[in-house]
Amino acid sequence: MVIAEISHTPSFSETFLTNLYKVENGERFRACLQCGSCSGVCPFGYLMDYPPGRMIAGLRADEFDLVMDTDTVWMCVSCYACAQICPSKIPITAGLMTRTKEELILAGNVPSELQNALENSQRYGNPLGESPRKRADWTTGIQPPVTILGRDRRPVDVLWFVGDYPSYHPRVQLVAKSLAKIFNALGISYGILGPEENSDGDTQRLAGERGLFEMLAEKNGRIFSRYQFNKIITSDPHAYNAIKNEYPELGVSYPVQHYTQFLAERIDQLKPLYKSEINATVTYHDPCYLGRANNIFEEPRLLLESLPGVKVVEMPHNLSTSLCCGGGGGGMWLDGFQWEKAHVRLSEWRVREALTSGANILAVACPYEPPRFEDAIKTIKEAASLSVKDIAELISDAL
Amino acid sequence: MKIVVPVKLIPDLVDELTIDATGAALDTTWLRLIINEFDDHAIEQAIILKERSGGHVTVISPNVEGVEDMLFTASAKGADKLVKLNGNFDGSVNNHALARGLLPLVQELQPDLVLVGVQAHNDMDGTLGALLAEYLHVPYVGYVSGVSVTSNQAIIRKEYPGGLVAEIEIALPAVLGIQASEQPPRYVAISKVRQMMKTVSIDEYEIPVFETHGGATVSRMYQPEVAEKATMISGDVDETANKLIDIFKEIGVL
Repeated sequence: MVIAEISHTPSFSETFLTNLYKVENGERFRACLQCGSCSGVCPFGYLMDYPPGRMIAGLRADEFDLVMDTDTVWMCVSCYACAQICPSKIPITAGLMTRTKEELILAGNVPSELQNALENSQRYGNPLGESPRKRADWTTGIQPPVTILGRDRRPVDVLWFVGDYPSYHPRVQLVAKSLAKIFNALGISYGILGPEENSDGDTQRLAGERGLFEMLAEKNGRIFSRYQFNKIITSDPHAYNAIKNEYPELGVSYPVQHYTQFLAERIDQLKPLYKSEINATVTYHDPCYLGRANNIFEEPRLLLESLPGVKVVEMPHNLSTSLCCGGGGGGMWLDGFQWEKAHVRLSEWRVREALTSGANILAVACPYEPPRFEDAIKTIKEAASLSVKDIAELISDAL
Repeated sequence: MKIVVPVKLIPDLVDELTIDATGAALDTTWLRLIINEFDDHAIEQAIILKERSGGHVTVISPNVEGVEDMLFTASAKGADKLVKLNGNFDGSVNNHALARGLLPLVQELQPDLVLVGVQAHNDMDGTLGALLAEYLHVPYVGYVSGVSVTSNQAIIRKEYPGGLVAEIEIALPAVLGIQASEQPPRYVAISKVRQMMKTVSIDEYEIPVFETHGGATVSRMYQPEVAEKATMISGDVDETANKLIDIFKEIGVL
């Protein structure tokens, strides 16, 4: 007896799940135990209509369209806490959350704040909406001058991928200037792309704009191929993550390090250059894309411990359990949206924790963090004496 | 419902504007062009109308740098036909010339509705819609912020100062000057725009005789001059703050 195959149009849930299995380690979605750890550890899981665990349940129940009708996935800051804690090691952040945001963007369901950042990234190559021509303006006055590869046309050892916020944000430009000072002190042969550099695109990708990410990566790839250098150093963990883990599959493959790795390798050259004591108790905030996503925990701490007069203390959430500053996955461009939903800021939570550690300096290594944490400090009375410094700034202060 | 949306690209204010050697026009060396914001709203309103009651949307733009990206984006939003207008668009083209240039093509398309941005910041003129309506012998309503259509008429929403709203009924065909679409212009994923670049073609239309007369002549273009009573404070942040404090003390507010 032959049973005719019943024709079946796959539902949205089925198609979505089939595509999810194709993500790296995507088959692990079959192994979800529904333990709920992901939803519990998610910093905003308590207010999502469908936190990650329920999203997976929704997919299995063929009801994912209900998830798509809500907007709380925009609370996801792509911090990898869910993926880190999952006992089945399911790629929740890279797979489920990012793919859901991609579907929302394709459907045109984008919060307006995020829309601006995405349009700016497309048009100007940076989410801040600044002129590409001004991307190297922060280098004015630095001696010896910062090499801009398109202008100075000479090979360098290190291509420094400066990134959006260190290039344009007045607070984070101080971090870029500190790094330039350190590179100069160490006699590093380095150069930047200046006006030719585009956003690394990683946060746009994690906010669901895959096409925009690819466009930016291709532009950066074309520019990289024009110049002679041996490796890339990034100021930004997100740029590091993109160039290390995402660009190669688009055919853009270079050795890359975050600046903390690069400097930790040169710690013996750095130490004799320290001239002044910092005299502070410092706690270090592990950025999501340096720590949890890329397992770089040791180098930033080595650098801090090398500084004269610095006592390093840990916060309750540290290393792989570090808390997100709230800027990832598009959070940087969804402050109003997230405030409306949550009436709390993740950055305030982190600043309160830094206070309990007894530190007077909160050290960071990601460009999203100085403005986010400094803004949080302004809203917490007891935090007035806490200052936020990028590791590069602390090193530069000691030189 | 056939809708035609003529749009133009104007200087992007992301870079500071500079004036060229003639002293009467912008230096275009570094000038980037961007869609006129009101025209972006006109496209959005056209797509909203199409989604609500069906229709066919044609977007037309002078063929200048950046026109293709802009047209493909309009297509990804839902525009059905894209046309770039060929003519000599060097320098700023006045609205009289543009209206005459657009006329034969718009007539050929036989639209029920022509939606234009009510004005553009590069000329602060706002006459394109009215001129087109005059040449087409159809009604014009400007400063529109909402439209609904039936087969042969449109109800137009207009917001007046003081919190008043009017609904105006007009017979179609008509030209409308859009101040704001009913919803902000939507975002389209880059992957969709790239898809359009591969699958959609842009028509070209040659303006038969492009006469550029009719506009006002700019005799002088300049940066605002410092007024006599203004004191410009210079220096770094600390110096500026100290000078401000001195001034506040001097005039007795501190």
